[in-house]
Amino acid sequence: MCTTCGCGTDHVTIDGKAHGHDHGHDHGHDHGHDHRHDHPAPAHAHAAGTPAGRAVAVERDILARNDAEADANRRRFTAQGILALNLVSSPGSGKTTLLVETIRRLGGDLGLAVVEGDQQTSNDAERIRATGAHAVQVNTGKGCHLDAHMVAHALDHLAPAEDSVVMIENVGNLVCPAAFDLGEAHKVVVLSVTEGEDKPLKYPDMFAAADLMLLNKCDLLPHLAFDADLCEANARRVNPAIEVLRVSATTGEGLDAWCDWVRAAAREARGRRVRGAARTGCGAACTCG
Amino acid sequence: MHEMSIAESVLGIVEETARREGFSRVAEVRLEIGRLAAVEVEALRFCFDAVVRGSLAEGAALAIEETPGTAWCFGCNDTVSVDSRGEPCPRCGGARLQVSGGTDMRVKDLVGS
Repeated sequence: MCTTCGCGTDHVTIDGKAHGHDHGHDHGHDHGHDHRHDHPAPAHAHAAGTPAGRAVAVERDILARNDAEADANRRRFTAQGILALNLVSSPGSGKTTLLVETIRRLGGDLGLAVVEGDQQTSNDAERIRATGAHAVQVNTGKGCHLDAHMVAHALDHLAPAEDSVVMIENVGNLVCPAAFDLGEAHKVVVLSVTEGEDKPLKYPDMFAAADLMLLNKCDLLPHLAFDADLCEANARRVNPAIEVLRVSATTGEGLDAWCDWVRAAAREARGRRVRGAARTGCGAACTCG
Repeated sequence: MHEMSIAESVLGIVEETARREGFSRVAEVRLEIGRLAAVEVEALRFCFDAVVRGSLAEGAALAIEETPGTAWCFGCNDTVSVDSRGEPCPRCGGARLQVSGGTDMRVKDLVGS
C-alpha cells in the first residue's frame, strides 16, 4: 500500500504504466473536520483486560477518503457537464459488447469516452478504441474493484470533453464495486439472461446501489428457462425504484431505449453544468463546486 | 474481497490518528460495521491482521460491533429491522422495503501509547 496517501494501489496500472503520482496533492478535503480528541476514554470502556495505553475517539467513516475523492470526481464531472455512468456486472455479462454498440449509436452525438477496469490485460480498452472512441485501461492487479482514486487518475489521462459522456466499466464482480462510489451519476447494473434470475437476491447490494438494470442477451431467451419477469421482480424486491430495460447487444433489441435513457441523463448532466455556472459565475473550468 | 481495501482504509485512519496523538503503538481498534454494509466481518478480521503487519498497529486487537439493519416498509409505513437486503418485511411479509440504516462503517476509537 502507498504509505503516503494510503491509496493501496501500488499494483495498479493505467494503460500499462505504473500508477505513480507525486503525492503533491493533499487529501486535505476529507479531514477538514479533524480536531483533537483530548477527552478521556469513551464510556463504553475497555475494562478488564484493557491494553495499556490511552483511548481516543476517532468516529470516522472508513470509506471517507474514497467518498471525498468520489465527490471531487463528481464536482469535476458537474463543472464540465459530463455524464458519468458506472457499469457493473459479473464477468461475461456482455458489458464491453454493449459499450461498443452504444458507442456506435451514440458516440458521434455525445462524445463517448470509456474508463475500462480489469485486473489484467488491455483487451477491453483495445476493443473500445477500435470504434474510434477514447479509452483508458486501468489494471487493478489483484484489486477486485475500481475506486475513486484510480478513476481520478484515469480521468487525467482520458481528459474527457465538456458535455460528453464517460462510461466507467468496472471490474466484473457483483460484490465489491457496490461499496465504492466513483463520482458517477448512476450505477448501471448489467445482468445477462444466461445467469440466474435470482442474482438480484444473491447479490442484493449491487442491485440496491444501481439506478438501472440492463437485462442483456435477451435474444437468447427462447433457448433458456430464464424467467425475465421473475428476474425483474427480484430486482425490485431489493430496490423498488430500479428501472429495467431488456436489451440484446448482439441483435440491437432494446438498444434504442437504452440510448434514449443515456441521452436524457446526458441532458441532465449538461443542465447541472449550466445551473452550476450560473450559480457560481466562475465558468466551466471551475472545480470549486 | 474488498475487505482488503477496507482494512487498508482502517489502517490509514489508525495511522493518521496515531500520528496526531503521538502514539508509537496501537493496541486496540474498535469498528462499527452495519449489518447491511456489504462487509464480511470474518474476512475483514483476516485482512486487518494481514495489513497491520509491520505497522504500528501490528498485533492490535480488533473489536467489531455490528449495528442492526433497518428498512422503511411501504406496506407498514414504518421502519422495521432487517438482517439482509431482499428479505421480506418481518412484520407484514411484504417485499417493498427501502433500506434506511445499517450501511455505515466507522472507526469508533482506538487505544494507543
